[in-house]
Amino acid sequence: MKKTNNSLIRREGVQTLLASLLCILGGFLIGFLVLLIIEPKGAFEAISVILKNFFKFSSGRSQLKYLGQTLVRTAPLLMCSLSVLFAYKVGMFNIGAAGQYVAGACAALFFSLYFKAPWWVCILVAMAAGAFLGAISGALKTYCNVNVVISGIMLNWIMLYITNMVLSTDGVKNPMSPYTIQIRGNNPQGLLPQLGLQSLFSNEKSVTIAIPLAILMAIAVWVVLNKTKFGYELRATGHNFHAAKYSGMKERRNIILTMAISGALAGMGAALLYLTGIEEWETTISSVPAMGFNGIAVAFLGGLSPIGSILSAFFIQHITLGGSYVDTTYYCAQISSLISSLIIFLCAFVGFFRYAIQSHLRKKDEAKLTKADAVKGGTDV
Amino acid sequence: MEQYAVEMLHITKRFPGIIANDDITLQLKKGEIHALLGENGAGKSTLMSVLFGLYEPEEGEIRINGKPARIKNPNDANDLGIGMVHQHFKLVECFSVLDNIILGVEPVDSLSFLRKKRAREKVMEMSRKWGLHVNPDALISDVTVGMQQRTEILKMLYRENDILIFDEPTAVLTPQEIDELMQIMKNLAAEGKSILFISHKLNEIMAVADRCSVLRKGKYIGTVNIADTTKAELSRMMVGRDVKFAVDKEEARIGGEVLKVEHMTVASKQHANDAVKDVSFTVRQGEIVCIAGIDGNGQSELVYGLTGLESLKSGTITLCGKNITKAPIRRRSRFGMSHIPEDRHKHGLVLDYSLEDNMVLQRYFEPEFTNSAGFLKRKAIRSYAERLIEQYDVRSGQGPITMARSMSGGNQQKAIVAREIDKGPELLVAVQPTRGLDVGAIEYIHQQIVAQRDAGKAVLLVSLELDEVMNVSDRILVMYEGEIVGEFDPKQVTVEELGLYMAGAKRMEVEA
Repeated sequence: MKKTNNSLIRREGVQTLLASLLCILGGFLIGFLVLLIIEPKGAFEAISVILKNFFKFSSGRSQLKYLGQTLVRTAPLLMCSLSVLFAYKVGMFNIGAAGQYVAGACAALFFSLYFKAPWWVCILVAMAAGAFLGAISGALKTYCNVNVVISGIMLNWIMLYITNMVLSTDGVKNPMSPYTIQIRGNNPQGLLPQLGLQSLFSNEKSVTIAIPLAILMAIAVWVVLNKTKFGYELRATGHNFHAAKYSGMKERRNIILTMAISGALAGMGAALLYLTGIEEWETTISSVPAMGFNGIAVAFLGGLSPIGSILSAFFIQHITLGGSYVDTTYYCAQISSLISSLIIFLCAFVGFFRYAIQSHLRKKDEAKLTKADAVKGGTDV
Repeated sequence: MEQYAVEMLHITKRFPGIIANDDITLQLKKGEIHALLGENGAGKSTLMSVLFGLYEPEEGEIRINGKPARIKNPNDANDLGIGMVHQHFKLVECFSVLDNIILGVEPVDSLSFLRKKRAREKVMEMSRKWGLHVNPDALISDVTVGMQQRTEILKMLYRENDILIFDEPTAVLTPQEIDELMQIMKNLAAEGKSILFISHKLNEIMAVADRCSVLRKGKYIGTVNIADTTKAELSRMMVGRDVKFAVDKEEARIGGEVLKVEHMTVASKQHANDAVKDVSFTVRQGEIVCIAGIDGNGQSELVYGLTGLESLKSGTITLCGKNITKAPIRRRSRFGMSHIPEDRHKHGLVLDYSLEDNMVLQRYFEPEFTNSAGFLKRKAIRSYAERLIEQYDVRSGQGPITMARSMSGGNQQKAIVAREIDKGPELLVAVQPTRGLDVGAIEYIHQQIVAQRDAGKAVLLVSLELDEVMNVSDRILVMYEGEIVGEFDPKQVTVEELGLYMAGAKRMEVEA
């Protein structure tokens, strides 16, 4: 069949988008059902609050302010999803992005609060810390054949407790609370510059260059993967390790380098959050922050494309924050996390839905062809 | 109609864009050996998949022993007494021969404990009766390919299958083992078993079959009595035109030494022995040196060592006067080595890359295709790929942007051949370059290899096909258990003689 059907639905991008939307819809339906089962009275309102997020505020000023906050938290999430998808394109599942994110937070906050370093130094050390952790996973994979998922999970926990320890140092941790001290008061040059961006969002203090920086990184990742010799090598290594070796690529170096870059992206994500001063690190937390894990869902929901990730990161952050506004008179406080995690969980099904769409189209083609052949009497092959 | 064991009547199976089986009728008489002949892609495998219930045909009927049968899965086929020896054996390597035979139909007592003694007696009795010599306690990984095949046959007989299908059974055997298999097949048929013998080797069909059905491009061409036909007629039916069995080539004009391998030893990944033991040879300009041997005698490891995919345990390799023993793969390639790998899917291609990206797999980093900032020159890659596609007649659905995965095996191989030859190598290492290809593609690739030789390049060909070895090469080295056991001029040696060396029955001392 030389003739190809070029209708919209046959384009891969459209299929991915459709699959993503189906996932989101499915997530909301199941979330709604759960709310209905728990308490039918508030279900409709609760689900609409999650969808609305900052739109629930009536004044345009507050809406803009909370949109700003959503965007501030979108930037690190986008970075984590870039980290996941970069490794994924090279054939590795970097679940260690969560730990690399923690490493980045540790390095950025320590350099900012202890050494009073300027913001750009803090970003660089955060990237270096994430890269170091990623490179460990990569090296374990190439030299000892340890699956990066296993080493990633282990390193997540190791890094969490190291971070809690490091950030409990005097002069970094607030002696009165489990949190680190504020950058705003102690090291003003450690805060990311705002360049007037805050004026777009009702002077929300946390709006900084982090947001455009993350978007630039997404574009950079896309360019590197698709346009450069380096990206060509990395993707070849990911698709077929043996062919990469056969053609003389340094396949081991490529894997370690990929994990290092992936780690650097996650580490930078943490810096882009904590260096805005929007929150402090809690040195007593005993679970790895969800940011890195959510990056996995974002990457898949975005169809594993850096550009798609920008949209999906915003969406996931939108519903996560929206969830925190759910009325707790009907529901317990954890309900928001439950609903948003249900939706995020469903988001991992993009591949499945895309496959379903494609096989549906294929079946239609097959039926058409068989019919055509039968009419023709089945002539040439 | 009572006399047919299997009847597949007017079977039609369509796939999108292709009719794999178009009104095919195959009738297997009880007690006969019936050959099914056809090129790759003729529809033999599809037909067998229909028989085993893996595909449901759109039209047609299957009758077993005269009764219409509905076969939905391989278990149904088994229940009807149909058994198959696959081209690639389905054996558990770390189980014994006996365990493999009883696998799935283990004899147990009322408490589900294994009762192997009874099974062993039955197997030994069958083994004696049919002349299928096996050692029931040896592990599959330790026995010869021939014994593995006999184990597969015993598996069918143990299940009391009466309809036996052999899928390309001789591909992995030595000439002597092939003779034995032919005898076994004749014995089985004489005892009333019905045998379907799938092959594209005409000599074997002429030697053993009673009748032969021929398929071509999904269509049924006809069924002939072997007694009334000739090899030439069968090949005409199979290919649709007269086939040249010999490769046209001029006298070799041999020049200087290109490759010199001295005392090469390569460790094995599977077992403690070395896979390649102290091998020395040379390849000169303008000659095709062929390494012949039965699969698994160290040829793959020899190539891995030579091309840098694995490191040597000892020995030296010299290419065009430069010592490349420890050189990385890329440097070997830049010194003039091209490599058509044995496994085109594992090494040769990135299947999820487009054809154009695969065409530059060995050269993407050159200034022609990458600018100084590290960006790929997409336009240059496209026009380069277009030139190769045109020049080497690589066919694909969408030209340079076709995914390699969606191309046919023959065209995938042509793409690799184009890429490796266009690099302008001093030494071309071609490993089973025609495996699994149809006659047309084989002819083409042989022509390309001979053209390289005539252009004064050195060619090292590794092949398991004796016809290819005899027709293409200028010098033959036989490998057996990791050593070179003989060196021959193809004009002065017979296939039978080569077979003795390949099986390890004879050896000569070869000087380096």
